[in-house]
Amino acid sequence: MSGPMVEMRNVHKSFGGQQVLRGLDLQVTQGEILVIIGRSGGGKSVLLKHLMGLLKPDQGQIVINGQEISRLRGRELDQLRERFGVVFQGGALFDSLTVFENVAFPLREKTRLPEEAIREKALTLLKQVGLADMGHKYPAEVSGGMRKRVALARALTMEPEVVLFDEPTTGLDPIMVNAIHRLILDLHRRVGFTAIMVSHEIPEIFGIADRVAMLHRGAVVEAGTPEAIQASANPVVRQFITGDPEGPIQPD
Amino acid sequence: MRILWLLGEWALTSLRDGGRMMIFLGTALCWIFLPPLKWRRMIARIHFIGAKSLLVILLTGAFTGMVLGLQVFYTLTKFGSEAFLGPAVALTLIRELGPVLCALMVTGRAGSALTAEIGIMRITEQIDALHVMALNPMRYLVVPTILAGLIAFPLLTAIFDLVGIYGGYLVGVKLLGIGEGTYFGEMETYVGLGDITQGILKSLSFGLLVTWVCCYKGFYTGYGAEGVSRATTEAVVLSSVLILVWDYFVGSVLL
Repeated sequence: MSGPMVEMRNVHKSFGGQQVLRGLDLQVTQGEILVIIGRSGGGKSVLLKHLMGLLKPDQGQIVINGQEISRLRGRELDQLRERFGVVFQGGALFDSLTVFENVAFPLREKTRLPEEAIREKALTLLKQVGLADMGHKYPAEVSGGMRKRVALARALTMEPEVVLFDEPTTGLDPIMVNAIHRLILDLHRRVGFTAIMVSHEIPEIFGIADRVAMLHRGAVVEAGTPEAIQASANPVVRQFITGDPEGPIQPD
Repeated sequence: MRILWLLGEWALTSLRDGGRMMIFLGTALCWIFLPPLKWRRMIARIHFIGAKSLLVILLTGAFTGMVLGLQVFYTLTKFGSEAFLGPAVALTLIRELGPVLCALMVTGRAGSALTAEIGIMRITEQIDALHVMALNPMRYLVVPTILAGLIAFPLLTAIFDLVGIYGGYLVGVKLLGIGEGTYFGEMETYVGLGDITQGILKSLSFGLLVTWVCCYKGFYTGYGAEGVSRATTEAVVLSSVLILVWDYFVGSVLL
């Protein structure tokens, strides 16, 4: 396939006079894992919400597989969303459903598969994320790490082409962070989706990313391989990955 | 100048909020007629709004009837017409107090919880999750709730009225000594089908009103725990005020 799978061109977005995205350009190639880093409140979640079609850009274009999506509505938007899987920051699991029902939910609602096939598929997914025996529990009864894994399993049920991760490891202990990263890598290898991940986990993300993009003040300041980013001469990138409180990025 | 500016801003905000509420209602009503209906969710909602409110309705219904029995008897004695206690209690309950008090009680018990539940789904991104699964939150959350309100409110009101009439009976007949035949006989003479229809129409409109306001407030809740708590308070206050205002207008039109 020619051209990038996902492309954002000169995207601007502001909320009540506050500019969050200022001419953002980003390209994602099919099959890669792109990790977006940047400060909290720097527009990373807003960027993901644009890709999910939950927000519309004030200006600029978002192109997915050659289709401009920012003006899509109704059924066309639904068809696009069916090609996406999303792992939300807090998991966004439905609290009134069990872990198993959460994973089976998209299948039950979006397909006409018989119950037997749904069971089998949901159980396979739960097994892949190591939670085969947790299906009967409610989201409130399992740990934060498990919730993230359930969210990952649910995001993969409809076999999406693109999976968006909104801080999939925030708030977890270092062992769990690496376990989730390994799980994502493993599933990526097996299923072959394109992954766009927002994360704060430096340096761990350098181990799983194919490319890293640094977002600062609503625009991508640098994007490249993990090695290139780690060796970057850009003072903003340098300060962010070393975590130095002194530098061009000022703490609030 | 500043007062004018504030007034203008207040007017614009109210207009915008009101418009958004009406659009929300319009969208929800459209979705009611678009199949498939989520039956299981609707039954769960009827259980939550209806069955679980039963105890509160039984208690308030009984005591409202008893208070009415007592106070109306006291007033009627002054005119020597205690015989009309039955119809007085029944008409007050069926036409007015049954639908209104029932709606207020259900708002407090179930409406606040609905707003909080939908509000929490909003702030924990569960509503966004429905969107990105290409599933419409209106269909999943709002339509079953509104339909459940339309079914549960008239039923609860009917129970409230019945229990209230027996509360009045307990005080009027058993305690104050009016004849049993007089109490029910006069009721039969003076309570017409029109009164009952009016009560049911009111309770239906309250069912729509309360579920609409509570779903709306939850759906557009602010950020964090504070946002949810504010939305819940606003939902209860707005529902209660609208119930009383709407009650007056419906009453004056239907009278």
